[in-house]
Amino acid sequence: MLSINDLRASIEGKEILKGINLEVKPGEVHAIMGPNGSGKSTLASVLAGREEYEVTGGSVVFDGKDILELAPEERAAEGIFLAFQYPVEIPGVTTINFLKTAVNEIRKYKGESPLDAAQFLKMVREKAKLVSMNDSLLKRALNEGFSGGEKKRNEIFQMAVLEPKLAILDETDSGLDIDALRIVAEGVNSLRSPERSTIVVTHYQRLLDYIVPDYVHVLYKGRIVKSGPKELALELEEKGYDWIKAEVEAVG
Amino acid sequence: MSTETIDLKTRLITDFHAREAVMNGEASSEFHQKKRAGLARFEQLGFPSIKHEEWKYSNVRDLISVSYDFNADSSIGLAELEDLKVPAQEANILYFVNGRYNAELSTIISPVEKITISSLSEAYKNDPAKVASHFNELTKDAEDAFTALNTAFTQDGVFIHIPDNQSVEHPIILRFVSDAREKNVGSQPRNIISVGKNAHVKLAEAFRTLGDQRSFTNAVTEIHVAEEANVQYYKVQNESENAYHVGTTQVRMLDRSHFYAGTVTLNGKFTRNNLNIVLDGEHCDAHMYGLYFPDGSQHVDNHTVADHQKPNSESNELYKGILRDKSKGVFNGKIFVRPDAQKTNAFQSCKNIVLSPDATMNTKPQLEIFADDVKCSHGTTTGQIDEEALFYMRSRGISQPEAMSLLMFAFCADVVSQIKIDSVREYLENVITKKLASK
Repeated sequence: MLSINDLRASIEGKEILKGINLEVKPGEVHAIMGPNGSGKSTLASVLAGREEYEVTGGSVVFDGKDILELAPEERAAEGIFLAFQYPVEIPGVTTINFLKTAVNEIRKYKGESPLDAAQFLKMVREKAKLVSMNDSLLKRALNEGFSGGEKKRNEIFQMAVLEPKLAILDETDSGLDIDALRIVAEGVNSLRSPERSTIVVTHYQRLLDYIVPDYVHVLYKGRIVKSGPKELALELEEKGYDWIKAEVEAVG
Repeated sequence: MSTETIDLKTRLITDFHAREAVMNGEASSEFHQKKRAGLARFEQLGFPSIKHEEWKYSNVRDLISVSYDFNADSSIGLAELEDLKVPAQEANILYFVNGRYNAELSTIISPVEKITISSLSEAYKNDPAKVASHFNELTKDAEDAFTALNTAFTQDGVFIHIPDNQSVEHPIILRFVSDAREKNVGSQPRNIISVGKNAHVKLAEAFRTLGDQRSFTNAVTEIHVAEEANVQYYKVQNESENAYHVGTTQVRMLDRSHFYAGTVTLNGKFTRNNLNIVLDGEHCDAHMYGLYFPDGSQHVDNHTVADHQKPNSESNELYKGILRDKSKGVFNGKIFVRPDAQKTNAFQSCKNIVLSPDATMNTKPQLEIFADDVKCSHGTTTGQIDEEALFYMRSRGISQPEAMSLLMFAFCADVVSQIKIDSVREYLENVITKKLASK
């Protein structure tokens, strides 16, 4: 489904990703861990198409298409979803109106006719239940004045509505207390399916107690330096990142 | 269009005296004496240059470089006006074509035995003393050449008088149409609106142009707001690429009254709006909202004044603009708090999005506070579209142009939502959506 090959990217002339290789198959959950500044969020941003980053080498093939050539909105329409670490507040645009525009723009991209208001509302109500998203939040301006937990819940709610093939969760656990974390994780888990893949970018292991990964990768200095089963995350939790750094320096 | 350079000031003065010579006795009336004083004031002030502090960023050289026919006839009928219509709503609609009232096109549905809604010319015929006494009452001390010019050349406009405790159920919509299909035309409407104690009214002035020749509109509106009255006043300009507009709205508020102004400039070559509110009462609140979207080489200048003369009143102001291409915007907001006006609350904000490196916005808040127990704040921001918000929307599948228009529409929303005449608000939403989608 997703095949990343020797991906290199830089920002303002500074190389952040120095050759990433990653294969994600349908239905798999991959966790990307690593110390601060290792390039985790950069990887998530590059996959979603953030334009500040310049891709300087390598390829990213998603469902047989080279997505590096596609605009962010085209990647979204192809089925890539990024849950933001810091969801943006947009005054004046309601969540419901924003999502209706998104759903219908994606349908247009796929050559489908737009959903009418009734169909859309019915679908949205069902999805809102999945993440215990309150109706009143939907009518408010997008993320404006939302608490940290509400913002992250809104991200997962949007994911539920847009039904991506690949969801990338960028530090979704940051700033959440344990109850909010559980609600968000339950939402993500309820969306797991044999067709949908997930990349969970996180600094801490605790989110992985709830969203259990198939594979864990450690990113350090712009490269994946270690991959393993879910137990690797526990090892990192226990021992920190220093032993990984030491291993890499020894080899380097 | 004529390219010959002329001296518009001299022409106007000569024209005034020529008209005066054939007035047949009317020249001694109070009304005419006020006009004559207006001319003298205009003669003394002359058209402002950019050396004038109030006109520093707005150059009228182009505006006064040609002559205009201020008495142009127009054969305009409803058919030609069809596309100028705003969505239907039960309303009093008064048409002014090239500055003069057109009774055939107009509809007045409010009970005229209770409320006076008529053209100024008609009102003057019926009650010259009353009209003459109100005329130029609020603007008599104006140090503004265009206001003085309007005073000298006032022919028509609207005269509205709402007695105490009356509520005007249907909004009053004044449509000023410049018929510039054949030649350069000018008009100088004067609107006099007097709202009695505890009376309520919603009114809108809409300015449009037909044709590609130049139009010059020099409008003055005087609004008297008596104790406890509630007035919603909107001014919407959607004129042509050759339309020059200078307008002054002068408001005087008395105790416990409420005044809401919405000034929206959708289109026009050169626009200067002066909105001057004197809060001459206690426990008043004045609200000023503005919105402007210049593109091409358009110029929009909003000057506002909130003059707090008595204690315990509040003024609140929000202006927003989106500037494209090589357009220019100016915002100058003055707040005066006079020595007696303790416990004044005055807030002002001007926010702009500049979408092109060639567009410019000049903002100048000006606070002059002579009382010590007051709360005043002001802020201006000028920036680009929020890139992070744009990326967020695109990452959800919304195309860049669609995301841009959603963001810009959202930017305008807190001003547009303040327009409380449904048909006017819907019209604006429509035009703004189209305008934002066009680039």
